[in-house]
Amino acid sequence: MINVLLKTLNQKNRTIDYPKSTPVLPERFRGLPVIDRAKCIANCKLCIEACPTDALTDGLKIDLGRCLFCNKCLSACHTGAISFSQEHRLAARTREDLVLKDSSLNSLKLIESLDKESRRLFGRSFKLRQVSAGGCNACEADTNVLSTVVYDLGRFGVQFVASPRHADGLLITGPVSRNMRLALEKTYEAVPAPKLVIVVGSCAISGGPYIDHPEVLNGVDPVLPVDLYIPGCPPHPLTILDGVLRLLGRL
Amino acid sequence: MSLPAFKTLRNCQTIAIDDVPLVDTTVFRNSIITAVEGGSRICALFGVPRDRLDPQVFSKQLSRAVIRVFAVLAHDREGTLFIISTDIRGSYAALTPDCPQAHWFERELFEQWGVVPEGHPWLKPIRFHKTYNKTEDQTNARESMIGITDFFRLEGSEIHDVAVGPVHAGIIEPGHFRFQCHGEYVYHLEISLGYQHRGIEPALIGGPTKRTLHYMETLAGDTTIGHAMAFSHLMETIMGVSVTPRAKTIRGIALELERLANHIGDLGALAGDVGFLPTASYCGRIRGDVLNLTALLCGNRFGRSLVLPGGVAFDLDNTLVQQLKDRLRAAFSEVSAAVNLLWDTPSVMARFENAGRISKETAKSLGLVGPAARACDIVRDARYDFPAGIFRFSQIPVSTWDTGDVFARAYVRWLEIQRSVTFIQNQLEMWPEGKTETEIKNLAANSLAVSLVEGWRGGICHVALTDSRGLFSHYKIIDPSFHNWMGLAMALRNQQISDFPLCNKSFNLSYCGHDL
Ligand code: SF4
Ligand code: SF4
Repeated sequence: MINVLLKTLNQKNRTIDYPKSTPVLPERFRGLPVIDRAKCIANCKLCIEACPTDALTDGLKIDLGRCLFCNKCLSACHTGAISFSQEHRLAARTREDLVLKDSSLNSLKLIESLDKESRRLFGRSFKLRQVSAGGCNACEADTNVLSTVVYDLGRFGVQFVASPRHADGLLITGPVSRNMRLALEKTYEAVPAPKLVIVVGSCAISGGPYIDHPEVLNGVDPVLPVDLYIPGCPPHPLTILDGVLRLLGRL
Repeated sequence: MSLPAFKTLRNCQTIAIDDVPLVDTTVFRNSIITAVEGGSRICALFGVPRDRLDPQVFSKQLSRAVIRVFAVLAHDREGTLFIISTDIRGSYAALTPDCPQAHWFERELFEQWGVVPEGHPWLKPIRFHKTYNKTEDQTNARESMIGITDFFRLEGSEIHDVAVGPVHAGIIEPGHFRFQCHGEYVYHLEISLGYQHRGIEPALIGGPTKRTLHYMETLAGDTTIGHAMAFSHLMETIMGVSVTPRAKTIRGIALELERLANHIGDLGALAGDVGFLPTASYCGRIRGDVLNLTALLCGNRFGRSLVLPGGVAFDLDNTLVQQLKDRLRAAFSEVSAAVNLLWDTPSVMARFENAGRISKETAKSLGLVGPAARACDIVRDARYDFPAGIFRFSQIPVSTWDTGDVFARAYVRWLEIQRSVTFIQNQLEMWPEGKTETEIKNLAANSLAVSLVEGWRGGICHVALTDSRGLFSHYKIIDPSFHNWMGLAMALRNQQISDFPLCNKSFNLSYCGHDL
């Protein structure tokens, strides 16, 4: 027992001071893509051709909902027009807001929180049921990490619960495999109204690497109404936390 | 050892598809059974429609029904692979009654191609998708509804079923479990998967395309490096390209970091499952610290976009090497303290010991891999038996234990954590100079190669076949979970149902890696 206490002392308090300060992300972290059109060569389509999910389209519009943050566009570009910033705040309230016509740090639009009534309902206590519907276990893992001592999600009144009947909403990962459709719908029905749906990862937003496979439904949109989209493959835990807290009007 | 009917090959060796012995189905069957009795195990057993291998055959109707079945066997002690093939039309005598480790493969063969292994004791779908080559005359190629199958039933007045999933209580992937119980006592657990099926294998045919690598990285996202490495090795083998020592070193470090993060996370979760919260919370955090080391390397905590055919996309400079060393040292000292608490705490050991025991015989006959096999005293580790890349130069000793229970599966992970840390530290000391990427070429035509990598869950096996244009005519992925799910079912026999979470976590198998 003494030994356990000693070890506990040695392990120290590790909860980050977020949101008062934001932890340093690794230098190579790929956050919001920044495209500098001035550097583009006319009619060059190298980045568009390199993109595995057609996230980049003509006019260098970039759809964060499809983007895997995979670096292929950057490697393909000869002029250094594309880079990834350290900006981790990427969540959006609508699918259209994820399609950036002009991707730069200045154009960053942080999301609006829920209306006053919903904030009153969920703002201080928000229980989520997580459903993986074809997710690769990376989005799931980086969601799970929020419950560790580092992020200590509980201190914001947000918690993952075991039963949909105890939940205020769903947090869904994965491209929604056909084989999970029914289970997902049933889980949604079991959540008492009013309820929110948060989708995490490019899979759940658009199908991600699995876009247009006959075995998947290209994300949650075709199945359920979505309140919050959190892009990434997988999104960094901070990106998820930022999205959820902003939605609740806690940031 | 030589097995007459087979062609012998090494890990990462390219051969012409025509060099794979094509034998009569009876010879095929007997050869596999004899080889497995002699100590080999089935690495891969899969079908390819013959017309895909042989575009000259124009009588489509006829050839569609013919499936060429390939078997790749591994003899771990000798480090050799053996390959053989046969053509099957409709049905054949199942291997499973004489060779239990074929059971899941034969179910897959049946589900994918409608080939019926006659006499298979439990021929049910494993992923619940449409048979790929559905034709009018194949009546067993039925459309399957997920989770609808003939589950085992035990008769008796007080016997009941407990059905769990696909949606579970925690943040984990979906799968369906059925326990046949008498009170708390479990007679049998049946595991029914397929919920995560995303159609990866069919999407790989005709590749490689620009999405191929992303399928590899996300088919089991917690094993991004493992599968990306198996794929890259295979590509490089068939291209005839060799990567630089520096790239090999970075790959090796990334693979061991992946192992560390997952093993540490699992030890924490095991502690959580027995209600020992100190270790649960320390390990949960330290796991994150290790993921952050991978992010230091490549910007992504799971190693996305690091490994690619030809090498690695990110280099390490001296500052990063120093940071890695320092942070790894700190993480290791913290994890040592956290994990050693487990072995010193009687209430933990009382739950770990004797729970979910599997005998060595069962593990062998099921062909288990990874820590689950090594916990049953089986010396089986691809880094040692079939070394590729950096492991040809720096070996990691195989960690085993002999009790086959939850404790053994936990302890083997702890041994592996220590050895992986030493390995990474050694690599960071002798840092080879040079580039990190090598120019890649086209894939050789009409070729076949096998690639084995020891992922953190066990041996990953990829097999690629190319057509006359050097594109994939078939690509087979076998995640270690494919071998091990039945091991979990066996571990639950004669246990308390309340020990299920603990037993489950001690295996921590992949749903998506199985479902593909
Ligand atoms: S980083 Fe995003 S936009 Fe760039 S190639 Fe990858 S998926 Fe496409
Ligand atoms: S978005 Fe990426 S990380 Fe998330 S489940 Fe899909 S493939 Fe995995």
